[in-house]
Amino acid sequence: MKTRLLILLLILLPLSAIAQTPEERGLEIAREADRRDTGWGDMQATLEMILRNRRGDESRRQIRSRALEVEGDGDKTLIVFDSPADVKGTAFLSYTHATRPDDQWLYLPALRRVKRISSANKSGPFMGSEFAYEDISSQELEKYTYRYLREEVVDGRKTFVIERIPQYAHSGYTRQIVWIDQEMYQPLKVEFYDRKNSLLKTLTYHDYRQYLDRYWRPARMEMVNHQTGKSTTLLWKDYRFRTGLRPRDFDRNALKRAR
Amino acid sequence: MSRSTGRLAVLALLLALAPAVGAARSEWSGNISLEYRAFVQSPLDPRQHGDNLSGAFEPRWFYESDDGRDSLLFEGFVREDQGDAQRSHADLRELLWERVGEDWELRVGIGKVFWGVTESQHLVDIINQTDLVENFDREDKLGQPMVNLSLVRDWGTLDLFVLPGFRERTFPGIAGRFRGPLPVSTGEARYESADGDRHVDYALRWSSAIGEWDLGLSWFRGTGRDPDLLFAGDRLIPFYPQIEQLGLDAQATLDSWLWKLEVIHRRGQGAAYWAATGGFEYTLYDVGGTGLDVGLLAEYLYDERGGNAPTPFDDDVLAGVRLAFNDEQSSEILFGVIQDLNGDGEVINLEASRRLGERFKLELEARWFRDTRAGSLVDSLRADDYMQATLGWYF
Repeated sequence: MKTRLLILLLILLPLSAIAQTPEERGLEIAREADRRDTGWGDMQATLEMILRNRRGDESRRQIRSRALEVEGDGDKTLIVFDSPADVKGTAFLSYTHATRPDDQWLYLPALRRVKRISSANKSGPFMGSEFAYEDISSQELEKYTYRYLREEVVDGRKTFVIERIPQYAHSGYTRQIVWIDQEMYQPLKVEFYDRKNSLLKTLTYHDYRQYLDRYWRPARMEMVNHQTGKSTTLLWKDYRFRTGLRPRDFDRNALKRAR
Repeated sequence: MSRSTGRLAVLALLLALAPAVGAARSEWSGNISLEYRAFVQSPLDPRQHGDNLSGAFEPRWFYESDDGRDSLLFEGFVREDQGDAQRSHADLRELLWERVGEDWELRVGIGKVFWGVTESQHLVDIINQTDLVENFDREDKLGQPMVNLSLVRDWGTLDLFVLPGFRERTFPGIAGRFRGPLPVSTGEARYESADGDRHVDYALRWSSAIGEWDLGLSWFRGTGRDPDLLFAGDRLIPFYPQIEQLGLDAQATLDSWLWKLEVIHRRGQGAAYWAATGGFEYTLYDVGGTGLDVGLLAEYLYDERGGNAPTPFDDDVLAGVRLAFNDEQSSEILFGVIQDLNGDGEVINLEASRRLGERFKLELEARWFRDTRAGSLVDSLRADDYMQATLGWYF
């Protein structure tokens, strides 16, 4: 009896190694996407954010963004607002962490005050837009659990469809469905499901371009809120990689100097 | 005023020279605002004005060199006030050259610096003089001449300050509101130091962020920013003593909680004393998925000098609510009550702001002084309840 079980096990073992669970497959794809997007060092870009309400009225914000890749931890990012004029010079510094809460500071130029702020604000709107803080923060592998769903063709491109579930506290989402391009290993579309598990928002990525022969970045992102009818467009311009930024450009003094 | 004008002339010269340096990155910005204050009661002193219109202009300019190592910053301020001649004033808030090195930063000129973490008052913040005539909440500051070297190291940032030249606090004039029964005569200011307003002050500050803690330790020696007010018949005369002050500011950011503490120990202004402000801000983010943040604030304000303290906040509690709507217009409301625990009175504060379009911002502010005890500091403001609307245009 015992030997039979052993033989059976020996036969099944290689099989189980090949037949991945959907969770393993999902993680594998996410890990591959993460691997391919490693090594960019530092990045700078300018952004235009266009907010649209249900009636289609638009308002615009100009933002500058810079990021530093940190080995073995989440990225450091610094965002400066150039408009609206009343918040000009307001800057936001974030040290992302994979498992523990992010460190975040806000600089208020009128008071010359640097304020450490709580990173518990994940689901709240970023600058009145349809992007939540958790949507714009760096997407570390450990922040989600993954499950492979299927393959699908989106706008003529083959994608992996993966479900990911936030593992960090205070997320506004029960789950997200991500369509990952099989060639670029970058998302083409994300659906966000709210705490009641109803579809809340859809994010689509457009006009990808490759930088340094390796890193794909979209020129346009469209976030549509299905429950409010509001939407936000993010236009990315002047992507620059490996510009020589150092940790010093992401400290609290740099936040005050961001202008 | 003439001193400011002189400085503005220097600035104009610098601006004229700037293009020759090579226009790496430079930009003008700023705002023009119109403010209307409506007072609920008639003033205690018939010489004081009633409802009041006021306008201010705040231009800003910066230049940054190609490599970002050198910057030149300018911020000016001019106000024209209907009712109070003292409130019609100009100030050079900033005219600063900044150089950034590998692990140091040097700033030379006139600058503004903020230290601290609490909301109700800023005990530790001592570099800049308060522009009290702007608003008695003490949030507005005058530009301070300084040489500031920052050493940025792994163990934190060490800031060394040499502060040549002292700025006198501004006070409401005879016709101004928010003053006691007697006006302060700023022209007659007296100093403990024989150097008067030329005394050179020094300050040091170490600050660091360690995990969820943001810490600051500071030391200041020189002319105290808070004057004693000497009785002189029909007016008060400010007296600026030489002080030494140690300060600690700490914030622990734990999930949705911000725990805050500021402590100072001051010598040289009467008997040595301690003062502290401590409390928390707890925020409920994105309430019900609406994007609304509800922040609850509570702080305790203490001054060892008690009833003899020249501040009304010797044994007081602040309770407040901050609403941030996180909408397109960045709408915000802050409501707070500071209550004296010994029955001196309470101050009720309401502030709200909202952007209009892309370039305008409307701000509302209202303050009431209630249940004030005769003879207390708050009592001198009992007839100054007001509501204020400010419309600003930003460029």
